[in-house]
Amino acid sequence: MKEKFNTIKSTAVPLPDENVDTDQIIPARFLKATTREGFGDNLFRDWRYDSNGQPMVDFVLNNKIYQGKILIAGKNFGCGSSREHAAWALYDYGFRVVVSSFFADIFKNNALNNGLLPIVVNDTFLQSLIHAVNKNPATAITVNLKAQTISFENQSADFEINPYKKSCMINGYDDIDYLLSLREDIKQFELS
Amino acid sequence: MPKTLFDKIWDKHIVTSREGYPDPLYIDRHFIHEVTSPQAFDGLKKRGIGVFNRERTTATADHNVPTKDQHLPIKEALSRHQVETLRKNCKDFGITLYDLGHPFQGIVHIIGPELGLTQPGMTIVCGDSHTSTHGAFGAIAFGIGTSEVEQVLATQCILQHKPKRMKIEINGELGKGVLAKDIILYIISKISSSGATGYFVEYAGDTIVHLSMEARMTICNMSIEMGARGGMIAPDETTFNYIKGRKFAPHGDAFNQKVEEWKQLRSDENAQFDKVLSFDATDIGPMITYGTNPGMGIRISDRIPTAEELKDISEKPSFIKSLHYMGLEPGSQLLGKPIDYVFIGSCTNARIEDLRLVASIVNGKKKAEGVEVWIVPGSKQVQDQAQREGLDKIFEAAGFELRSPGCSACLGMNEDKIPAGKYCISTSNRNFEGRQGPQSRTFLASPLSAAAAAITGRVTDVRELMKISKVDKVPH
Repeated sequence: MKEKFNTIKSTAVPLPDENVDTDQIIPARFLKATTREGFGDNLFRDWRYDSNGQPMVDFVLNNKIYQGKILIAGKNFGCGSSREHAAWALYDYGFRVVVSSFFADIFKNNALNNGLLPIVVNDTFLQSLIHAVNKNPATAITVNLKAQTISFENQSADFEINPYKKSCMINGYDDIDYLLSLREDIKQFELS
Repeated sequence: MPKTLFDKIWDKHIVTSREGYPDPLYIDRHFIHEVTSPQAFDGLKKRGIGVFNRERTTATADHNVPTKDQHLPIKEALSRHQVETLRKNCKDFGITLYDLGHPFQGIVHIIGPELGLTQPGMTIVCGDSHTSTHGAFGAIAFGIGTSEVEQVLATQCILQHKPKRMKIEINGELGKGVLAKDIILYIISKISSSGATGYFVEYAGDTIVHLSMEARMTICNMSIEMGARGGMIAPDETTFNYIKGRKFAPHGDAFNQKVEEWKQLRSDENAQFDKVLSFDATDIGPMITYGTNPGMGIRISDRIPTAEELKDISEKPSFIKSLHYMGLEPGSQLLGKPIDYVFIGSCTNARIEDLRLVASIVNGKKKAEGVEVWIVPGSKQVQDQAQREGLDKIFEAAGFELRSPGCSACLGMNEDKIPAGKYCISTSNRNFEGRQGPQSRTFLASPLSAAAAAITGRVTDVRELMKISKVDKVPH
């Protein structure tokens, strides 16, 4: 059973770079753990810290004025490796939503399987969201999964989510719960 | 209704369809390795369940393993722990493991095909995005996350939404010195690193038909680098000849019967694709990447574009950031650029044909001074074959190091890392920032281009070297 997702009202962290790959989200040398916890410490490791482990002041996660459970990302976020550790690291750090105009497929699946909601909005909405947060980091953003809306100030957008995935996130279910209920059907399929 | 090859295989693997739920897709072959499986086994333990069908999962250790002194315990504690965890999980759950030292050990996407585990018409998954490699056999093969690895272990199925279908046709004869790696780098440079996101690709056309199985694997391998879930090629005589006689392939009458089935595996005439792209093989030259995603590629003889020449102006900030990381000037030439390291390896280009190509260029020559050259074979079998053919002697005489198999400097999870600021010409698949080690700089290229750079110490058009050494025909 996972944490249930309902409505989130939070400020956001803007990271508008395009093509952010999962090697940036969590570099390979930090994939050596055998549990799911603790990856948040190394989230964006090589953008966040220099080679001596000192925080890089220019990187947005090191800028205290940007906080919150929502990451605003550029186009093609999560491309590259299938490592689910990328979704674990974002979640472990405290993010519950990533907003972008375009996600890589495997990352999107991994996020949905881990209670991290990927929201696709059009480029215009994304740009105005980035602009609003840059202008006022205290901008409150509301994500309502049930209604499938994301809103801030006087702007609002609907987003798509597969109805099954939506119900899994709202109820904290895993795909595996459903698959396990099909084990007899699967045995029959193997025999056929 | 006419169907695509993809649809034929997909539809046959749907266990049951229920209103409101995605279709469970039955998985014929599941590969696992040490990095993306431990949390999946943990999940099984927490639920108190076993593996649903042990025969269909095969394990190997590849991502973390050292490529020197593989007979000794792994020095790095976390890597050692991860490999030991895989060993324990495979033992506890009854899964076949090709561990370090086993004659079948190697990179997961190299060993599947060479053992005959990969066959046409199958659904194949692995917790690794380069699982698309297996699509070269006319299989639906794609990378999955660890939660999905757990689903496959627990039920032999995953819940998947059907991707859209794309056909990429390549026709025409390839020029001298142009390899499968150049074809795929060329395609990605044309459609970008997200150009096939949401699609499953079928590669077709006479250029593809004339490629060897190993070359086809190189192409399918990098499908993910343009965002595709996977890539596939309809099986033909080349495919059947490759599979015949391999360890886990069907033998005798069973094989002949299978071949008759496999012959049906092709897209029907007039089958509908959601998108069709066509390319002319004669336009492709030896390729190289200059930036920090695989879409940032050029013909090795061309210059790097300027920001003004970008197709999509919104990419300007990431283009500038990328060139800054690479220490390169917009509009400049890469030819002649000094390099520090050469890495010949990875699931993209570490098969025996790749090593033979490298040997054909370096035979009798020596590497440039100051350049370090690592050749990391894709599997123990490739390593043994290279030794049987005497390729190891050619490499040794050239000053190259022939290592033991593993993923190695493709992603630098073991000791094989490119130091900060250094340039590496690499036959691997990703040039992301820090991919080969923190602050490392990667040029992706073919095994021939990598071999040429090893000899000259600079980014080199291999066709120039071929003129000198009179290698006029290389196998594709």
